[in-house]
This record gives sequence, structure tokens and C-alpha cells, in this order.
Amino acid sequence: MTDFGSMLFVFVLATFIGLGVIRRVSRLLYTPLMSLTNAISAIAVVGSIVVTGADHPLTIRILGAVALFASMTNIVSGFVITDRMLKMFKKQ
Amino acid sequence: MHLIGELSAVLATALFIFALYWMNDPKTARRGVIAGVTGMTVAVLATWIQPEIVHHGWIVGAIVLGFAVGIPLSRVPLTAVPQRTALSHAFGGLAAGLVGTAEYFLWLGENSAQLTPFRMSALVIEVILGFLTFTGSLMAAGKLQEVKWIPQRPVTYPGQNFVNLAVLGLAVGLGVTLVLHPHAAWGGQAFIAIGVLALAFGVLLIIPIGGADMPTVISILNAYAGLAAVAMGFVLNSKLLVTAGALDGSSGLILSIIMCRAMNRSFTNVLFGAFGKAQPAALKGEQKEWKQESVEGAAQLLEQARSVVIIPGYGMAVAQAQHKVRELYDALTKRGITVKFAIHPVAGRMPGHMNVLLAEANIPYSALVEMDEINPEMPQTDVALVLGANDVVNPAARYNKGTPIYGMPIIDADKAKTVLAVKRSKNPGFAGIDNELYVGDNTWMLFGDAKAVLGELVKQFGSGGIH
Repeated sequence: MTDFGSMLFVFVLATFIGLGVIRRVSRLLYTPLMSLTNAISAIAVVGSIVVTGADHPLTIRILGAVALFASMTNIVSGFVITDRMLKMFKKQ
Repeated sequence: MHLIGELSAVLATALFIFALYWMNDPKTARRGVIAGVTGMTVAVLATWIQPEIVHHGWIVGAIVLGFAVGIPLSRVPLTAVPQRTALSHAFGGLAAGLVGTAEYFLWLGENSAQLTPFRMSALVIEVILGFLTFTGSLMAAGKLQEVKWIPQRPVTYPGQNFVNLAVLGLAVGLGVTLVLHPHAAWGGQAFIAIGVLALAFGVLLIIPIGGADMPTVISILNAYAGLAAVAMGFVLNSKLLVTAGALDGSSGLILSIIMCRAMNRSFTNVLFGAFGKAQPAALKGEQKEWKQESVEGAAQLLEQARSVVIIPGYGMAVAQAQHKVRELYDALTKRGITVKFAIHPVAGRMPGHMNVLLAEANIPYSALVEMDEINPEMPQTDVALVLGANDVVNPAARYNKGTPIYGMPIIDADKAKTVLAVKRSKNPGFAGIDNELYVGDNTWMLFGDAKAVLGELVKQFGSGGIH
């Protein structure tokens, strides 16, 4: 139960921080914002690493490896394309 | 050991928040990417070095494959960025769904006492959100990519909302039952059924949604993908994951609200009321005629203007006319004419899409002006040049209750002294609505492919016609 309480606490605070920070994001940058948050939420990769790498039954590790691949794809393509788009924004 | 994990999670969280914070200005935004990559690397390494990780080959293999697919996906043309984004929501949902499934069967097989009501609820939410985001986003990506076997037009049938809600309700009902009886013999089958129902629901949810609603749908799926990551964080007891998911979710939520406002629609209306179904009542009264203008005449109008506002739509991007737009921008600014671009929040196929498309053509971002800021300037504008935009400049949105776009905020192109509209054909736009801007008293039409027409216009400013 303490688990649940502290997790919920983190979730609520993080949502407020998120709302506060995202509201200030430049309206020019909504497309790169989406690819950036996408890459960041692929931090789910840490979960997949544990499922894939620990000594679990084979089927479990296969599920983990597919998830790991999916998250990794998001991390790589998300960060690279965000940077590619941001490079294009020039003041003059 | 545990300490390293905790500290790296705190560091990664801080870096992620900074990454988003730096997005408040294009000048600092690239720093955000560096912060994000650093945070990610720290978190991945701290997880990887844990002693329980023994199958390193598997991890390396999956990471290499991720790079092999991720790098080509990051090089798509910018018109295809909405599809890529939808696809990445799909991957995010898939990862959450699969990890949830794996964890459930792990706990079920090894130690079913681990399946506390709290964990079980988090698992059910993770799997439902993850899998519905997966198929829903795949459908959205398919529609955006215009894949042949996915219908572009909204597919509707009687009782559709009932069917959708029944499928979701069944999944949730099974989930509640599992939470109440986590150790039941049929637990495994019920869990798989929940996953399958969620997969089906994702497809059913997106089928009735048309192209015009895609910016909103992508934002909503973004929020779902974030929430799926949050649920996964609850399952794995990872504060880092909960925080990152919450940041993603709140970003999706804010963008969804902005997109809905920009179309004067509610969430439920986007998700449960297929767009384009309501056909506009035919406009009564006299049918006005277009007035067509020649390229030479249009060039002269532009040359004599002091201020020009260009209103780009997705049609401009489809015609690959961005670089011609840039040439025209250069030709006009060289003559001392003020040129601005009016950007509607839903211009393009995802939030902010038009800004990226114009930035790619080297148009400085200081010339890109949001709808709310440009509208007060429209009455003093000499020429409004409409390029492939349609619904976002349709004055009928202000008063005609019979049209599906009624109440949608628009760019006041019709208030400019002269309107020049470039249009490929005389057909109505994406939402299938007639646009009375085109028959306005001060409007002149230029028919043809945007790239070709702009090319001709630029030529007029070059060696030929006007000097």
C-alpha cells in the first residue's frame, strides 16, 4: 500500500510539472516536442531490459526482447528526428 | 548497487524535465535533445549493470535491431513525420502491452502472491492502454500514409459507438474480475482475452475517424502512450518510468486540448462523432462565380503591396512547394515588402507540422505567426496569399451552423484588402465543404499546382516581367 501511495504521489507531481513545462513550449516546436516526449517515454526500455536480460523462461524473454526492440526504435528515431527538425529552425 | 540505480533515476528525471523546459525557445531547444539522450543513456546503463541481468546477447541484439529500424525512420521526409509519430506511439504501446503481459505471466508462474490487487489493476490498465494504443496508432499511421487497404474516409455503421463501448466494457469488466480473483484458474485466459479485446478496440476506435481529425487523434494517442508508460511504471515500481510517462501524457493532453479548441470540438466529439458525416446544408441565395487572375496580374498585385500574409495549408506541402514559397518570400522581402506566414494550429497533419515544413525551406521562424497574433493584423494586410489552405480560411465557420466546421476559429484571410488563392482544382477541401472565401468580392483565384503557380510567380519577379 505504501508502494501505491508513493507512486501515486510521484505521478500527480510529475503530471503537474509536465503541464507547467509543456505549456511554455514554443508553439513553433509542437512537432519536435511530440517526437521528443515520445523518445523520453521510451524510457520504458528499462523495464524491457530487466524482462529480457534476467534469467526468466524463454517465452517471457522473447516478449521482453520485442518490447526492448520497440522502445529502442523509439529512442533512436525519436531523438534523431527531433534534432533533425530543430536544426532547421533559424531566426534569420 | 541500489544506490546507483536510485541516483541515476533521479538524474535522468531531472534531465528529462530540463529537456522539455529547453523546448520553450528554438534557440535552446537542441540542448533539450542532448539532455534527453544523456538521461536515457544513464538510465539504460544503470539498469543494464544490475547483477540480475545475465542474458546480455539478447539485449545487444534487440538494441542493434532498434537502431537498424530507428535510423531509417528518423530520415523520412518531413511530410511523413505524422506517420512516423503515429508509428512511434504504436511501438510505445506495444512495448507497454508486451512487458505487462510478460510480468503477469512471470508472477502467475513463479509467485502468484505477488499479484496484489494494486499490481493487478496496474497490469490490466497497462495492457489495455498499451494494446489499444498499438493498434489505434497503427491504423492512424496507415491512414496518414494512405495505405491502400485502410480506408481514408471515415467508416461508420449503425450502432458503432455501442459496439466500441461494448468491446471496451468487456475488457474492463474482465479486468475488474481478474483484480478481484487474481489467483483463479482461468486467470491466464482472461488476461489474454483482455489483450485481444484491447487490440480490437484500438482498430474500432480509429476506423470512424477521418483525415481532418488526424492532428487531434495523434495527440490523443500520444496521451494514451504516455499513460501506458505510467501504468508500466506502477507495475514495475519505477518512479522514473512514472515520471517520464506522466511528462509524455501531459504533453499529449495539452496538445489534444489545443487541437480540439482549434477545431471547436470536444474529445468525445472527435472520438465518437465521425467528422464529415454531417453534410452542409446547401447555401441558399445566389451562387457566386470565381474570379480568375493571371500570374502576371497576381505578380503585380504582390509587387504593389506593402504587406503580404501567406496562409499555407497541407496542399502546399503535398505539392512540395515549400522551396518555391521561400523564393517568393525572398523576392518580396528584397523589395521591402513585409511578408508573414499565418499558421493555423491544425495546418498540416499534426500539431506544429506546418512550422517544420516551412523551417525546412529555410524560412526564418520569426516570420511564422500564429493565428491569434496575425488575425488583428489582417484588415491592414494588402494581400493575403492562400496556398493550399481551405477549411482554416472558410468564413462560413463564423456563422453557418449547417457546416461541420461551424465555430472553428479561422484565419481572417477574407478581411485582407485583396485575397489571392492558389488552388489545384475547383473541388472542395478535405472536409468536403464549399469555401465561400473563393467567391468573395476581393478574392482572385489562381488555379493550378501550387509549385507550378509559385514558380511562374517567382519568374515574374526575376528577369522577366516586373523589375
